Amino acid sequence: MKKTVNNRRSFIQFGLTSGALMLAGATAFFQKIKTTSASTEKVKVLTTDGKVMEVDKAHVNEPCHPVSRTLARQGIKGKKFVMVVDLSRCRNARKCISSCEKAHNIPHDRPFIKVLRMQDNEESSPYWMPKKCFHCDNPPCVKVCPVGATYKRSDGIVLVDNERCIGCRFCMSACPYSARVFNWGEPEKPENYNCAYSPETSTPSKIGTVEKCDFCPDMIRENKLPHCITSCPNGVLYFGDKLSDSVTNGDETVRLSEMLRDKGGYRYLEELGTEPNVYYLPPVNRLFPFKEMDENDVSQSEI
Amino acid sequence: MDNTLNQAEVEKIEHDLLNHITHRKKVHNIWLGFLLLVIAIGIFAYYRQLRYGLIVTSMRDYTSWGVYISNFVFFVAISLVGSLVSSILKLSKAEWSTPLTRLSEVIAIASIICAAIIIIVDMGRPDRFINVLIYGRIQSPIIWDVIIIATYLGLSVLLLYTSLIPDLAICRDKLTTVPKWQQKLYRILAMNWKGTPKQNAILLQISTILSITIIPVAFAIHTVTSWLFSTTWRPGWDSTNLGPYFVSGALMAGAAVIVIAMYFLRKSLFLKEYITLSHFDNMGKLLVLLSLVYLYFNINEYLGPAFKMVGVEGEHITELFTGKYAAMYWLVQIGGLILPIVVLIFKKARTPFPLMVVSFMVILGAWFKRYIIVIPSLQHPYLPIQDVDESYLHYIPSWEEWAITLASFGGVLFIITLLLRLFPLIPISETIHEKSAKNSAS
Repeated sequence: MKKTVNNRRSFIQFGLTSGALMLAGATAFFQKIKTTSASTEKVKVLTTDGKVMEVDKAHVNEPCHPVSRTLARQGIKGKKFVMVVDLSRCRNARKCISSCEKAHNIPHDRPFIKVLRMQDNEESSPYWMPKKCFHCDNPPCVKVCPVGATYKRSDGIVLVDNERCIGCRFCMSACPYSARVFNWGEPEKPENYNCAYSPETSTPSKIGTVEKCDFCPDMIRENKLPHCITSCPNGVLYFGDKLSDSVTNGDETVRLSEMLRDKGGYRYLEELGTEPNVYYLPPVNRLFPFKEMDENDVSQSEI
Repeated sequence: MDNTLNQAEVEKIEHDLLNHITHRKKVHNIWLGFLLLVIAIGIFAYYRQLRYGLIVTSMRDYTSWGVYISNFVFFVAISLVGSLVSSILKLSKAEWSTPLTRLSEVIAIASIICAAIIIIVDMGRPDRFINVLIYGRIQSPIIWDVIIIATYLGLSVLLLYTSLIPDLAICRDKLTTVPKWQQKLYRILAMNWKGTPKQNAILLQISTILSITIIPVAFAIHTVTSWLFSTTWRPGWDSTNLGPYFVSGALMAGAAVIVIAMYFLRKSLFLKEYITLSHFDNMGKLLVLLSLVYLYFNINEYLGPAFKMVGVEGEHITELFTGKYAAMYWLVQIGGLILPIVVLIFKKARTPFPLMVVSFMVILGAWFKRYIIVIPSLQHPYLPIQDVDESYLHYIPSWEEWAITLASFGGVLFIITLLLRLFPLIPISETIHEKSAKNSAS
């Protein structure tokens, strides 16, 4: 770094760096350092004591936009989010699980997503069923919550406010899909995560409260797909907006209504009347033959 | 006061029934010390739970409710005894039950207080209890339960207090040797009771209103507790039978608790003249009747699902009848329900000791029955339990859970003991009144 610079140059430099920082949504502080892979690209940042520094780009985390708890109760206007799970494509790669765990800083023992080995009867063929929160339109968990800590938003998403939850676990008993997990002990603090808590990120986890799949509203707000969708190597998971009748798995975008019509879409346990917002396509004309999971598969996929 | 009883007789009754307040035995202090020790161990366990979280329990993501909740249901059930004896029996003019009314009210209050404490112990974030008041949603069955428990506790305290007023006046007048603060307590609580006809009329009116009001509230408290379960889709809980099933089970357990309390208090407080053999005989008959009602609801609860054996409901029934919980299930159903009915039909079994033993089995059965209602249901969700640690598949309460559960029993007994140190166990003025009525009739 140059020791002597003229005023004008330093002014421009200052302006540019601080401008870049504002664009990035950060306050005027050097927020976080990532310890992951290094790149050659350098960026200029402003330190807390007002000095301009040049650091490796990989060391700067993208700033977080934690939506306030009030805003997180309202939902994104004019949207109704749905997910479609194509069971004919799932081969239990479990990338959705690992990417979700990474994004939400959750340990292996309380995953938001499970890939279950399902077999309806002895004669029928087993299949893999990725399962997360169904974000029901008639959600049993929301109905039983005594304090409104879990709530239904206008965009169809069901979230948990971990700063209001009293930990009675009635929602866990009420959910017929076992979608919810509980922070029985003090959750591990995520490394280098300095963002404030938001129900939209479900991070950082709080002891004595309930958590579950949140459909990643923080990603949606940035016009990005939830982590499980983009991480799936087989395009099993589709995400989209019911009102605009389109869903995408990251590779192809299709009409929701056509897909459900042509491929016989259904909802799991329709008879309970919970009105889930996750649809399944039956495991017919499969992309992969069913293969039982062996121990190595799990350990590999979980790393 | 009625004049058909002479002064000496009245004084004897007063002396007998106040005796346990004035003459404290050493063994009672040891008893209280023992209870305090049990409670202290429970408090230490709870301190660990507050420090490390609910991880110190054996509850995990599938078995997310455990022994705390089943114990809560048990104590709510026990609390129904107050309304059983002091309203249902009283209103049906079963005069033999008069000496048992106060005992039942004291037990009811003690167990409802401990039930409320247990539910707070079960919370993951007890520090946020205030949220229940700030953000309470009336749509949630938990809020219904909070409201009904508070109402029932309030009514029970009123019922106990109003019936105590004439006796408090007797305490105020007769107990001149007790410590100053205790005398002051009687003076304040007796509210200038003089036993005038006007005062008597007011008191009779209040106690009649209270003993009628408490019946629907008592039914509601346990029905609402059953709704915590029947409003979900869990096998074994998803049943329209659950309300009356819980209420009838509670009345049966309540009668058994009264018998046990009668047995021990009559001995240790020298009340054999007042709690007589006919009380045991009558309570034994009542216990048979209530057990038969509970048996009916049991058959109604299990026959349908067992006949159809549908999906997870069938899995659940299989688990209870022949699976992991079969030993506990059949012990509870046979030892705690069938056997009492069969044994207590015989007159000889309705004498103090055998009846106490049978009642003890009923109570033990009632406690484990609630365990069987709460825990196995959670282990049979619609979607299979996979990819979890082995420990998630079973539930055996940790020492902290046992310690807290035992402490809750200690707490109930502690509250009962304290109340009996201050107040006469058997209603004195009512006893005098009834005896003189009997004398004048004969």
